[in-house]
Amino acid sequence: MVPTVLGRIQTRLFLLLVIGGPLTALITPLLPVDGPMSARYTATFVVLAGVAVLGIGWELIYHLIMQWRWEKDWPTIFGLLTMIPEGILLGALAGLNLLPWLPGPVPLGAFAIHFGTVWIAVWLVGQGPMRVPFVHWRFNGGRLV
Amino acid sequence: MEPLTGVTNMIDVAPPLTVLPPELEQADWWTDEMVFRAGIPMYDVPFVSVGGGMGSFVTVDYLRVAGGVPASDIRVLSNLSHPWQTYEYLTRVSQLPRSRRIRSDSSSRPDNLWGFPSYAIQEAVRDRTVKPVKQVLLEPVFADFYTPLLGMVLDSMRREAQRIRYWDMLVQGEVRTVRRRAGGGYFAVQAPRPNQPNAPASGLIAYRCRDVHVAVGYTGLRFLPDLQRFREQHNDYHHVVNGYEDHEHVYESLRRRPGTVLIRGSGIVTSAVLQRLICDRLHHGAQTRIVQIIRTYVKGAHGRHAWSRRPGSHGFAYQGFNYPKSAWGGQLKARMRRREGADRVQMYDEIGGTTTPLRRLWQHHLQNGRREGWYTAYSGKLDSLGLASNGQVKATLHSPEGDRRLRADYVIDCTGLDADVAEHRVLGDLLHHGGARRNPLGRLDVEPSFELRGSASGMGRVYVTGAASFGGYFPGVDTFLGLQISAQEVVDDIARRNLCRRMGPLRSTVEWLKWARNRQI
Repeated sequence: MVPTVLGRIQTRLFLLLVIGGPLTALITPLLPVDGPMSARYTATFVVLAGVAVLGIGWELIYHLIMQWRWEKDWPTIFGLLTMIPEGILLGALAGLNLLPWLPGPVPLGAFAIHFGTVWIAVWLVGQGPMRVPFVHWRFNGGRLV
Repeated sequence: MEPLTGVTNMIDVAPPLTVLPPELEQADWWTDEMVFRAGIPMYDVPFVSVGGGMGSFVTVDYLRVAGGVPASDIRVLSNLSHPWQTYEYLTRVSQLPRSRRIRSDSSSRPDNLWGFPSYAIQEAVRDRTVKPVKQVLLEPVFADFYTPLLGMVLDSMRREAQRIRYWDMLVQGEVRTVRRRAGGGYFAVQAPRPNQPNAPASGLIAYRCRDVHVAVGYTGLRFLPDLQRFREQHNDYHHVVNGYEDHEHVYESLRRRPGTVLIRGSGIVTSAVLQRLICDRLHHGAQTRIVQIIRTYVKGAHGRHAWSRRPGSHGFAYQGFNYPKSAWGGQLKARMRRREGADRVQMYDEIGGTTTPLRRLWQHHLQNGRREGWYTAYSGKLDSLGLASNGQVKATLHSPEGDRRLRADYVIDCTGLDADVAEHRVLGDLLHHGGARRNPLGRLDVEPSFELRGSASGMGRVYVTGAASFGGYFPGVDTFLGLQISAQEVVDDIARRNLCRRMGPLRSTVEWLKWARNRQI
């Protein structure tokens, strides 16, 4: 899929909700972090929301970078590598307890496992399986509506 | 005397018509009575696809799978016995046998509406290797674009054709005309080949249908005037050939004795021909000297803005596929859809032009050729082609550096498939009698839904996809993925008219599962 700016944002939000949400719910109890389960869930879902909200800004930056590419495409590997800057920023904000509604600082290890798992799952689904239910998606620059 | 019953019978039963009577030939609109009076048998079928090549296959596949239309409601009228017949011929003669990789994306699958799993995954599973998947992961920055093997593409199409009962829908024969029917719909008239299992009668047959889809491909080869002149003056079709013609004799001759070949062009066919010549040098001892003539010589990155520069070097403009990738679904597709008239032509100019993929192997070979002196590329135009006394072709090259006399044993013209649409019988007929008109680039003017403008007939529509619709709101019409996008637009439009089903996420998944299990529909 070669994205348009609206398609980027829609796809990110949709996949974080549909893939990232259930995956977060599943792996939260398994993360190496202390604290009551409710606080753990609050923390992981705040982080997930951070990927979504900050991601809108990131997508605008990616769209701008894409303008320098003749093909106006976004290679597969870029979708994977962008987890590095996004992970560093979000990990720092979560680790320093700077995200709203966070019950406390998020340990780096737990953040890396959660963020990395969600990112790779979302990226993998976006590489192909997404096209199965949504047959118009790839021709509409990633837009769903 | 016994009555001549046999003769009487012969007189009573009129022989089947093979040409259209003048009354029908000249009329823009036909009534049922006119067809009946002419003695042409009439058969009803809701949807007819004229062409029977890749465009028909992809559209009919979409209509069967996504539209849920039964095979009995569709007829494909074609000279071809299978949809990839012309495509396979053209790829073979232009030096892409089944074992080579075509210039197409991993997920551009004519046999699969979803493009999933991609060819790379299929190849990885089949050959038990992660190499194709790794290439897709790293393309195009750290590796060449992954492209599928021609053989795999054709085998997958055969499987899908069987699955959708393609051959139950096919009637082989020559299509004579498509005319609007008074009262709505169309007549598609065909002269079926003898002994056709799906043809209801012999002689001319009129299919009375609601919608007609036309995808007849390229109308012919483009021969530059000087090449055409040479061939006609010398009656020589041996020394000067088109890259899309069978020209195996050139390679065979050059393998037997050293020679020089002039190649004209800088696109994908040029690259394939170069690869063949270089391969013959490397593996079969050929001593061929290659001289390439490039009319628009690209020295480096080019384009109007810093954010719109296409890479290029040594005469070639580099691009993974026929158009920038975003033309098939990204921002370029979205932008083009909003452009009209001269604005659209300007955008076609910006993204169009002759290009070839930047493949590391090709770069390596050409670099060797330049260094060792057996490959040279010149900028300029060839002129004054003639035959020298020793049987070689002589020509003058007009270049910015001045004129240069060249001699070669063979000239291979790789400048393309690009004839006028009116040269095709059915397309010309639609322009003269069907209400169709030309778009700003001279092909047929279609709506974003690929409905042929001006040709509506009551509740009926004509849809044109493929090369004939080039110049419309979507640029990549003559590509695998482009045919699929066009098919989606056509079937969506038919669904909007409530004449077939629209495929939502659930049914799409169910249909994909049927595809995955190769369940016939």
